[in-house]
Amino acid sequence: MSGSLLPSERFEENARAALADPVLHGALARATELFGERRSGALAQVPEWEALRERARVIKAETLAQLDVHLERLEANLVRAGAVVHWARDGQEACRIVEGIARESGARRLVKSKSMTTEEIGLNHALEQAEGQDREPVETDLGEWIIQLAGETPSHIIVPAIHKTKAQIAELFVEKLAVEHTDDAAELTRTARRILREHFAQADLGISGVNFAVAETGTLLVLENEGNARMTTTLPRVHVAMMGIEKVIPRLSDLALFLRLLPRSGTGQHLTSYQSLLTGVKRSPEDEGPEALHVVLLDNGRSAMLKTEVTRQSLACIRCGACLNACPVYREVGGHAYGSVYPGPIGAVITPQLSGLAKAGKLPFASSLCGACRDVCPVKIDLPQLLLHLRSEVVEGGRMPHARDRVERGLEGFIERVTFRLWRHAVSGPRRYRAASYFARFVPHALLTRFGPLGTWSAGREAPRLARRSFRELWKARP
Amino acid sequence: MKRRVSLFVSCLVDQIRPEVGLASAQVLERAGCEVEFDPRQTCCGQPAFNAGHRAEAACVARSFLDVFHGKETIVAPSGSCAAMVTHMAQLFPEDSVEAERARSVAQRTFELSAFLVRELDVLDLGARFEGSVTWHDACHGLRELGLHDEPRALIQHVAGAELVEMPAAESCCGFGGTFSVKHPEISVAMLDTKLDSLRGREVDALVSGDVSCLMQIGGRLQRQGSPLRTLHLAELLVAR
Ligand code: SF4
Repeated sequence: MSGSLLPSERFEENARAALADPVLHGALARATELFGERRSGALAQVPEWEALRERARVIKAETLAQLDVHLERLEANLVRAGAVVHWARDGQEACRIVEGIARESGARRLVKSKSMTTEEIGLNHALEQAEGQDREPVETDLGEWIIQLAGETPSHIIVPAIHKTKAQIAELFVEKLAVEHTDDAAELTRTARRILREHFAQADLGISGVNFAVAETGTLLVLENEGNARMTTTLPRVHVAMMGIEKVIPRLSDLALFLRLLPRSGTGQHLTSYQSLLTGVKRSPEDEGPEALHVVLLDNGRSAMLKTEVTRQSLACIRCGACLNACPVYREVGGHAYGSVYPGPIGAVITPQLSGLAKAGKLPFASSLCGACRDVCPVKIDLPQLLLHLRSEVVEGGRMPHARDRVERGLEGFIERVTFRLWRHAVSGPRRYRAASYFARFVPHALLTRFGPLGTWSAGREAPRLARRSFRELWKARP
Repeated sequence: MKRRVSLFVSCLVDQIRPEVGLASAQVLERAGCEVEFDPRQTCCGQPAFNAGHRAEAACVARSFLDVFHGKETIVAPSGSCAAMVTHMAQLFPEDSVEAERARSVAQRTFELSAFLVRELDVLDLGARFEGSVTWHDACHGLRELGLHDEPRALIQHVAGAELVEMPAAESCCGFGGTFSVKHPEISVAMLDTKLDSLRGREVDALVSGDVSCLMQIGGRLQRQGSPLRTLHLAELLVAR
């Protein structure tokens, strides 16, 4: 399966291709299971887990209810600490802002640590295409770097190369880096480290994401395991931090809570190997840190989610990835099938809200609504409720996303609507129900399983048959 | 005094697996209840609700509430229908009669195993089944109603039956209503992954509390020519 981003409109085809790829399937199964087990192990040591989740939910809900207030406070304290704050309405504007910063600071070599927000807006591509010079940043997170070398996109929000096996990575290194073939993971990592260090030594601008931004102090928290984000944010003379507006939390003391929740949910670690708390720029030449700090606050469709209490929950996400690992659909098809930067349950919830139901309206239907995601979410987002909400928006908007083109879409939507309307007539009164149930028994089973939903069903399963006599008839005949 | 119970069998049981309805009634009677079946009942509206057709779901839910708002206790042999009743109120305006009815009916509606264990405190129904069985946790029963120990306790009290846990007992079977026909390949792949976890274990019957899951699992097993039987919990509990 190719690793490039395929459109969400083609979810079915993408998924089918993924299902037919045993290597991908094996890699996914192993990795998601491992993360799931590690998570359970880490949780077993925190008896108050449920109480922590509830507190986190409440803090997020309160913050989002007054997001503007917290953002203004954050801005003021960032500026006080010496940062420059930029507001970006959408991805394009955010990319232009970063281009401008690179140009004005005369930065030639860019490095970047892992950030889903920059993936969301296609920042690398924009910087590469920017007028004048090619300034594509080098990804310094090992997984992201592998993906960049391969010319692919991440397939998991915290494990971007989850779909790749060690053997595939070894081959990639031989092809792209002209190094000798080795299957030794430690050796592969050493190669990566050697090359990435050279990039760090020369970089004059570092781009990072942000896990949490503290309003009361203007402090940015960046979590990671490799030390590359620490270097990205402190070695180059300019640091650009890109964050969605939902990343703000009110108090420094709130961090303790989220630090207990996030690593345990994501990788099953008690804590990530590195936690960088960044406040402002360096004050004297001996200090560590950048000379200039730019913080880009990105909206890109987020403020629209604030409008209702249901959709607002989407912004509570701390991007831990637990819902992906727990999702039985994600586990079968992997991240690329979703055709979006954010895959899995949270992807199926935020992608249609970020890029529109017309483009990503299929994703809310890519779920069996089993609820495993809701159970693991550290901030208790009711993901199934959000999926149901988006489904009804799709239906009410008259867009049936399960078709290839407009005509078919219209037809399929029409058929589904008519079917449900007929069904409603048949089951919302006892007499009509009895009549429908009576007549249904005259339709030959062979015909039912040739067409329509039962036809689709029959491809892999025997179709259920109507009982010769319904329960109500049998009940009536009971002695 | 006998507890009066109104059975909501669900449309699937009514049309496809009526034996499950009869078994449920029998189980409840053995547990000392007086069982009634109101023939005006049809469906809870879940198929439309889950597919995003809220207006249709509301219409069906309204007729469900018409039938059941007067009943004292309602029992359904389905975790997902019982869970649907807890969602019904959101289909109507906050202060409408229907929302009020839905909230009140939700308080009085129980899934079968929850009712037996939590309400009646009954575990042993005098059933006998020679063989090993495994339990499939249907998603809505497990995650919305918190059913986990209840069905297992009931199975453990069936004489002769040995409960063999399936490692992926809590994973979704892939049914998911319209999901099973909108995404048939993924649906089947999910089920195959689940059933794979049974490999190396001797099991005679797979038992669950929802006919929808049994349709999915049974349909696949039948297609594969597997000797593994599927049973609804109620059927196991009346086996002799
Ligand atoms: S929705 Fe919840 S579980 Fe999923 S990534 Fe966000 S915080 Fe983690």
